[in-house]
Amino acid sequence: METSMLKPEDKIFKNLYNQFGWEIDKAVERDDWKDTKSIISKGRDWIINEVKASELRGRGGAGFSTGLKWSFAPKEVGSRPHYLVINADESEPGTCKDRDILRFEPQKLIEGCLIAGYAVNAHVCYIYIRGEYLKEGQRLQEAINQAYEKNYLGKNACGSEWDFDIHIHYGAGAYICGEETALLESIEGNKGQPRLKPPFPALVGLYGCPTIVNNVETIAVVPTILRKGGKWFASIGKPKNTGTKIFCISGNVNSPCNVEEEMGIPLRELIEKHAGGVIGGWDNLQAVIPGGSSMPLLPKKICETITMDFDSLIENKSGLGTAGIVVINKQQDIVACMARIARFYKHESCGQCTPCREGAGWMWRILDRVEKRKATLSDIDLLSDVTKQIEGHTICAFGEGSAWPVQGLLRHFRKEIESRCREEPLIKKKINNPYLVDQHLLENKNA
Amino acid sequence: MSLKKVHDDQPKDFKFSDENIKKAEEILKIYPQKNKKSAVMPFLYLAQRQNNNWVPLAAMKYIANYLSMPYISVYEIATFYTMYNLAPVGKHFVQVCTTTPCLIRGADKIVKLCKEKISPNENEVSQNGNCSWMEVECLGACVNAPMIQINDDYYEDLDEKSTIEILDSLIKNKPLKPKSFRGRKSTAPEKRLYDGDKHA
Repeated sequence: METSMLKPEDKIFKNLYNQFGWEIDKAVERDDWKDTKSIISKGRDWIINEVKASELRGRGGAGFSTGLKWSFAPKEVGSRPHYLVINADESEPGTCKDRDILRFEPQKLIEGCLIAGYAVNAHVCYIYIRGEYLKEGQRLQEAINQAYEKNYLGKNACGSEWDFDIHIHYGAGAYICGEETALLESIEGNKGQPRLKPPFPALVGLYGCPTIVNNVETIAVVPTILRKGGKWFASIGKPKNTGTKIFCISGNVNSPCNVEEEMGIPLRELIEKHAGGVIGGWDNLQAVIPGGSSMPLLPKKICETITMDFDSLIENKSGLGTAGIVVINKQQDIVACMARIARFYKHESCGQCTPCREGAGWMWRILDRVEKRKATLSDIDLLSDVTKQIEGHTICAFGEGSAWPVQGLLRHFRKEIESRCREEPLIKKKINNPYLVDQHLLENKNA
Repeated sequence: MSLKKVHDDQPKDFKFSDENIKKAEEILKIYPQKNKKSAVMPFLYLAQRQNNNWVPLAAMKYIANYLSMPYISVYEIATFYTMYNLAPVGKHFVQVCTTTPCLIRGADKIVKLCKEKISPNENEVSQNGNCSWMEVECLGACVNAPMIQINDDYYEDLDEKSTIEILDSLIKNKPLKPKSFRGRKSTAPEKRLYDGDKHA
């Protein structure tokens, strides 16, 4: 097989596995905090333009242009302060990249925060870490303290004449807080329920002030981009899908791992070269979830040729999402896998919008019936209909996130599902259903 | 949306220990003065740690008072977020990730072992009061699947044998140290190609 597409010198996260030590001195040896002062002295417009030139797209799932997002922040600070918020609420099943950055490359994130904070006129940054990552949060706090000791943070941070403070706020086990407005609600001390947009956080965000929310990986690559130049980053990968990306390869592979690779790397190469191949060989592959659980799965046929970047995956009715790749081989029951994902969404729906709150439970119950071969053929259309009722009818993208994986299953494995739906319809069985049915009470029987 | 049942037997009073009052005052400093309410989540964590890893209603009332917010708002937060335990848990609180990436590497076998070793039901403290277990959603360590969280620590790359060892160590109250139980370095690929059938 050909050698790695990404040259070692182009890797941004050189300490991804903690081979060299996470402490600030070790990080400085790896060029973190090099020329930070002179980068900031080039000014806001230069920083934002350079990030735009790099064509960096947000690494949290939506893939929105980072430079463009920063440019939405008001140019001048009015009566309200600006905030920078880092989304480290990594909970998408299949994704565990930010954890390694928090543990092993914290200085990249901290330096990125300072630069991004300066670029969007923010003096205060909150890093929202999921509550389960307590050890990672403690490590990050240690790293922040080390940065304060060196005067890289605080008053006149890193000699830039910009005052900058970073605080950590822990979540408490709610997946929905990875949605940016739910995250802001959570920091404000409310339930994590997303807000209607517009207004967008860039104008009305945390405490009603202009706020820029970015993913950990997005911010952590910014210092390297500015040191090596936007053009360098844009030269890696494909047009509009530039740079490097941390891929998390989990599931039925011989050697599951996190790995930083070039955007647009073929999925097959990624699995075979870095993750030791599919258990039982490539021909034993059934399907791959390419971008965390919200993204529709891809059957083996598409996996043969697909490349891992935003636009190729959208063309194939899926998405890069967080690049959490879950490999499923033929020993797994594909319906059981997707039913479990539907159960995840049922558990995590914040309950604000009816289509999502109720629909997520419906999808799970129907898939559960299909898994146990207790569904009828009409259930398949019902399932498809429920996904359509959720999609596009909710405040946030959680609705799509829960409906798309089920739609993907229906699109690619309809025959498999049909072969299991042989149960007689309830009416023929003459089950005496009351006129008013409370689904939750009847869940175990026939709801 | 998760449903959690508030424990029947509630303590009457709760207040922060002196040490926790100091911590609470430090926490308040990181939020703007007029947005004290932001501290409700860290305060609930403090209360939970002080009270053997669960939050009693008295603590919610105390925190509401402390932050001048309505009691019901604190109650809302404590019930919305799953990491606040509203009933006692074991001294060693085992959370088994069973979401798809862990499931396809054998999380169901770990659940079965928890049922055998700790208690047949979730959220039920074992007979000697040492352990309890529950299924949780993705804990964000998917490439180290299957894995469990015991109190604050991640135990990764498990199989049936290592899970039995871990659970036995908890029951004996001498918990093993958290690590990768396949001896790998964080999330790096393993050099020696791993025989895929051997995971849990």
